[in-house]
Amino acid sequence: MSYLIGENMTGGYGAADILHGCNIIAEKGEIAVIVGPNGAGKSTAMKAIFGMLNIHTGSIILDGEDITSLSPQARVAKGMAFVPQTANVFPSMSVEENLEMGAFLRRDDIGKTMGEVFDLFPILKDKRNQNAGELSGGQRQQVAVCRALMTQPKVLMLDEPTAGVSPIVMDELFDNIIEVAKTGITILMVEQNARQALNIADKGYVMVQGRNKFTDTGEVLLNNPEVRKSFLGG
Amino acid sequence: MEDLLNAFFLMSNFVFVPAIAYGSQLALGAVGVTLVYGILRFSNFAHGDIMAFGTMIVILFTWLFQSYGINLGPLPTALIALPFGILATAIFLLGSDKFVYKFYREKKAVPVTYLIASVGIMFVLNGIVRFIIGPDDQRFADGERFIIKAKAMKQYLGTAEGVSIKVSQGLTVVTAVIVVVALFWFLNKTRTGKSMRAFSDNEDLALLSGISPDKVVSVTWILVAILATIAGTLYGLDKSFKPFTYFMLLLPIFASAIVGGLGNPLGAIAGGFVIAFSEIMITYPYKKFVAYIVPGDWKPEGLVQLLATDYKFAVSFIILVLVLLFKPTGIFAGKSV
Repeated sequence: MSYLIGENMTGGYGAADILHGCNIIAEKGEIAVIVGPNGAGKSTAMKAIFGMLNIHTGSIILDGEDITSLSPQARVAKGMAFVPQTANVFPSMSVEENLEMGAFLRRDDIGKTMGEVFDLFPILKDKRNQNAGELSGGQRQQVAVCRALMTQPKVLMLDEPTAGVSPIVMDELFDNIIEVAKTGITILMVEQNARQALNIADKGYVMVQGRNKFTDTGEVLLNNPEVRKSFLGG
Repeated sequence: MEDLLNAFFLMSNFVFVPAIAYGSQLALGAVGVTLVYGILRFSNFAHGDIMAFGTMIVILFTWLFQSYGINLGPLPTALIALPFGILATAIFLLGSDKFVYKFYREKKAVPVTYLIASVGIMFVLNGIVRFIIGPDDQRFADGERFIIKAKAMKQYLGTAEGVSIKVSQGLTVVTAVIVVVALFWFLNKTRTGKSMRAFSDNEDLALLSGISPDKVVSVTWILVAILATIAGTLYGLDKSFKPFTYFMLLLPIFASAIVGGLGNPLGAIAGGFVIAFSEIMITYPYKKFVAYIVPGDWKPEGLVQLLATDYKFAVSFIILVLVLLFKPTGIFAGKSV
């Protein structure tokens, strides 16, 4: 059975449904990417998997367990971590304090995890005592990802991690994400930079108007002429 | 030379020492207000009357202890009664949160709704305090009155002016320092304190991190109870307890919190001293001071007073308006109002 399954998700924020029978599946240690035009429901699908949105039809299954009725905080306890697109750090607290807050639910010694996280992102080690709000955009995104990693999650969900970030930093961030996936964490990512995201993806989901349009490996989707025409720019 | 010394003693006695004491009392009050604003995200207009309530319980227990003959020697008996006042105030505040503020939190009300609710609680406390202890002046200080007496100092040094330092003033400064250090240790070094700072910084992310909002709210109210009761007791020991005066303290306390930057405890402390020194220095009659400084023929005729002491609160009000007009985020750039 696949590790993370969001199956037949249908629902929305209010009266109107945004998702219509959407299916997102990710295997353990895989990088799954959701792409699509604006308003396709990408972030909505991910929020539904995290529990920030109520779906009236469909279910979310993590490692064989149905977690559809759990609150986001309860899903964090089950091993999910979520990095929002904006407001994803505590700006008046230092980098180290941000990481401590990320690990808030853990009662054991977090020093080892902090060391591992700093090894993955060495720049942050130098800036550990600096306030997160004073860092550059790219470094702040790194802090946001590290904060989520502190719970030692099994699934890491990223909502447009490269939004508003320069191309070089974007490459660095994608490299970091690949490193994180190598440690065995399942990655689910929503991205606007579809080409670069599909490049590193094991599985790609193209969504249009709340429905799955194309599902395949990243490489196949990159070479699919219809996908290229729609939003990869040919 | 001796004139300059006299001038210094004069200023110390009538301006510096009282301003430091008053500043410490305002600082403790302002930190309570700023914590509620930063963490619970609303302006708590009931704060002055919370101080009155806490002080009232302390006074009642002080009288009880005094009637049993218990006292602390040179220190005021009120210090023993302090924990009881804090406990009663904490129970009241947790109760008011459960029955009033929680209702609005569940409805996700806008901040101004909480503000109006706090005005309601202010009126309720107003009534309770007057009903139990009456609207008049109450004095409950006992023990030694002075650490240094101006008369004794004048005799000892042979100067025309001396400095008095009351026990209540010394106590205020010592207590304020202890409370502030403890508070900063709590906020910066403990897990709960850091979680409260995180909650104040980014509420959604804090909830995502598993921080319990109920615990943060409860701890905030307990801290407010501690700060308000201590501030109110110190003020009452130093001056006197009158319910109306405590209600009036709301203005300089809010001015202190805003001047320092709302949501920033360090700012609230700085703001407290800014307001206290401004109030006292702008309404002090400098006639005698000037007379010591200038050559003989230039002695001033009038009082050389910028504003009459009746206008003390006007000073806080003007500073508040100026800060809101020109730098609403305050000295330490807190959240804007």
